[in-house]
Amino acid sequence: MHLILFFLFAGLCLAGAINLLLQSHPINSALSLIVVMTSLAVLYLLLGAEFLAAAQIIVYSGAIMVLFTFVVMLLNAGREERTLGSRAARIVGFPAVAALLAVLATLILRAHGLGAAALNQGITSTQDLSRVLFHALLLPFEVTSVLVLIAILGAVVLARRDPDEPSGNRERTAAE
Amino acid sequence: MTILAFFLWSLLKVAVVTVVMLLGVAYTVLLERKVVGRIQNRWGPSRVGPFGLLQPLVDGAKSFLKEDLIPTGVYRPLYLLAPIIALGCALISIAVVPFGAPGIGPHGLDLFEISNVNIGLLVILGVTSIGVYGIALAGWSSNNKYSLLGALRSSAQLISYELALGLSLVGVVLRAGSFNLRTIVEQQATKGIATWNVFGGFQFLAFFIYLMAAYAETNRSPFDLPEAESELTGGYHTEYSSMKFAMFFMAEYANMINVGCVATLLFFGGWTSPFGDLIPPPQNIFVQALVPIFWFVAKVFCFLFLYIWVRGTLPRFRYDQLMNFGWRVLMPLAILNIVGTSLWLAYR
Amino acid sequence: MNFLHQAVPLSWYLLLSAALFSLGVVGFLIKRNLITVFMSIELMLNGVNLSFVAFAHQWHAVKGQIFVFFVMMVAAAEAAVGLAIIIAVFRARATLAVDRIDLMKL
Repeated sequence: MHLILFFLFAGLCLAGAINLLLQSHPINSALSLIVVMTSLAVLYLLLGAEFLAAAQIIVYSGAIMVLFTFVVMLLNAGREERTLGSRAARIVGFPAVAALLAVLATLILRAHGLGAAALNQGITSTQDLSRVLFHALLLPFEVTSVLVLIAILGAVVLARRDPDEPSGNRERTAAE
Repeated sequence: MTILAFFLWSLLKVAVVTVVMLLGVAYTVLLERKVVGRIQNRWGPSRVGPFGLLQPLVDGAKSFLKEDLIPTGVYRPLYLLAPIIALGCALISIAVVPFGAPGIGPHGLDLFEISNVNIGLLVILGVTSIGVYGIALAGWSSNNKYSLLGALRSSAQLISYELALGLSLVGVVLRAGSFNLRTIVEQQATKGIATWNVFGGFQFLAFFIYLMAAYAETNRSPFDLPEAESELTGGYHTEYSSMKFAMFFMAEYANMINVGCVATLLFFGGWTSPFGDLIPPPQNIFVQALVPIFWFVAKVFCFLFLYIWVRGTLPRFRYDQLMNFGWRVLMPLAILNIVGTSLWLAYR
Repeated sequence: MNFLHQAVPLSWYLLLSAALFSLGVVGFLIKRNLITVFMSIELMLNGVNLSFVAFAHQWHAVKGQIFVFFVMMVAAAEAAVGLAIIIAVFRARATLAVDRIDLMKL
C-alpha cells in the first residue's frame, strides 16, 4: 500500500515540478506548484507527520499559493518571453545543479543505516509536536511571531500605492 | 478484516454518502426557494409534484439538456477545470464527518463515518481552503471583467475570513484537546444540551464568529459579493452555462451543508441527543442506530434554515464594510475568545 | 499480495527531495518571469522540507518536524513581503520580465 501510494504521489510531485518549468504562463506554473505541494502533504502523511500534512495544505496550498494566483490575476501577467537567460546561469549554473544532484544522489544511495517507512508506524501526534514546540522551543516560536508581524508591516508599506493619498480600499491588497 | 473487505465497505460508504449528499443539495435548493418564497409572501415552486417536491428533478434535467456554451475568449483548460475543483472540494469534506454513533457496523467497522481521522478538523479546513481555486480560476479563465472582479473579491474575502474562521475553532479544540471530530463531540456530549460547547462550554462568541466567517467562506448572503448580481451580473460564473453552472450551484449548497455539519459537530453536540441521559437509550438495535442520525440531520437542518432565513432578511454588505468587519471585528474577537478560553481552562 | 505490505526505503524520499530541490534551482535559472522565479524558490523550500520530515521519521525526532513548521512560517512571511515587492516593481516598471528589471534606478 505504502509503495503504491509513494510511487503515485512521488510521480505526481515530480510531474508537477517539471510542468512548472515547462509551462510559460505563470498561472499554469502556479497550479503545477499546488499539485507538488498537495502531493507532498500526502507524502508527509505517509511519513507519519499528520499535523505537518494538514499545515502544508492549509498554509502552502491554501494561503501562499492563493496569494500567488491572486497576484498573477491582479497584475494580469501574460506569457513570459523566452530568452536565452544569463550567460552565468548557462556556464556555471546548470553544471553546478547537475553536480549537486549527482553528489546528493551518490551520498544518499551509499548511506548506511537509513531505515524504511511503512504504514501505521512512527506516527507523530499533534500532542507530541506541540509539547516540544511549546516547552523546549517556546522562545523561537515567539520570535517567529515577531517575524511574521514585521513581514505584515513590510507588506503593507511596500504595497501601498502612494503615501500621500488616502488609502481606503488600497489596504486590501496589502492586508493580505 | 482483509484489505479487500475494507475497500469494498469503504466504496459502499462513499457511494451511499455521496448520493445522500447530492440529494441533500437538491432538496436544500428547493427548501431555499420555498422558504425565501414564503418570506417574500409568495409560494415558491409548487407545480411539479405535490408541494413542488419533484422540482429538483426537473431542474437537474433542465441543466443537462441546456446547450453547453463555451465562449471563444476563455482559457479552455482552466475554464473546464474550475467547476470540477469547486464541486470536488465541496463534496470531499463530508468524508471525515461522523454522522452517527460510533462502533456500529460489522467487523468493528464504523458504519456512520467514512473515515475517522486524527486531524479531521484540519482536513476540513484544508479542503475548504483548496476550494478557493475553483472560484478564482473560473473568474480568471472566463476572460470577462465581471468574472475577474468576482474572482478577485472572492479570493480576498476567503483569505481574510479563513483567518477568523480558523481562530474561532481554537477554543473548541482547546477544550477537547484533539482535532478528532469524534473526540470533540464525545467531550461535549456528557450531559446533553447543558454541556454543548455553545452553552456549557461558553463558546457562544466563537460560534458567532464561526457562523459569520462561514457565511463569508461559502459566499452566501449577506457576504455574496463574488456573485453580486446587481453589480457584477453574476460574478465568477457569468460565463458558465448548463451543467458547469449547475456544478458551481451544487458546490455552493454542498458547502452550506458542510458548514452546518461542522457547526453541529463542534458546537451543538453532533449526533448526540440534547437531553443527554434523561431519556434511556432504546433497546432495539435499529432504533439505537437511527436516533443519532435523526438528531444530526435535525441539527444540520436548523442551520440550513438559518442560512436561508438570513438570506431572506439581510441586505448585502459593501466591499469595504466586509473587509473591515473581517479584520477589525471578527479577528480581535476571535483572539479574545482564545485568550479567555485558555485562561478559563488554566485556572478553573 | 506482498507488495501491499512492503515498506519504502527512506533513501527514495531523500532522492525525491534532492530532485525537487534541483528542479527548483533549474527553474530559478531558466524562468524569466518574476513570479515564476519566486515560485521556484518555494519549490526548493518544499524539497528541503521533505528531507527534514524523512529524517525526523528516521531518528524518531519531533524536532525535525518542528523545523519544517518554522520553514513554513518563514515561507509565509517571505511570500507576503516578496509578492508586495513584486507588486511595487510592477507599478514602477510595468513589466515582470527579469531581463528588463536590471537597473537600480529608473
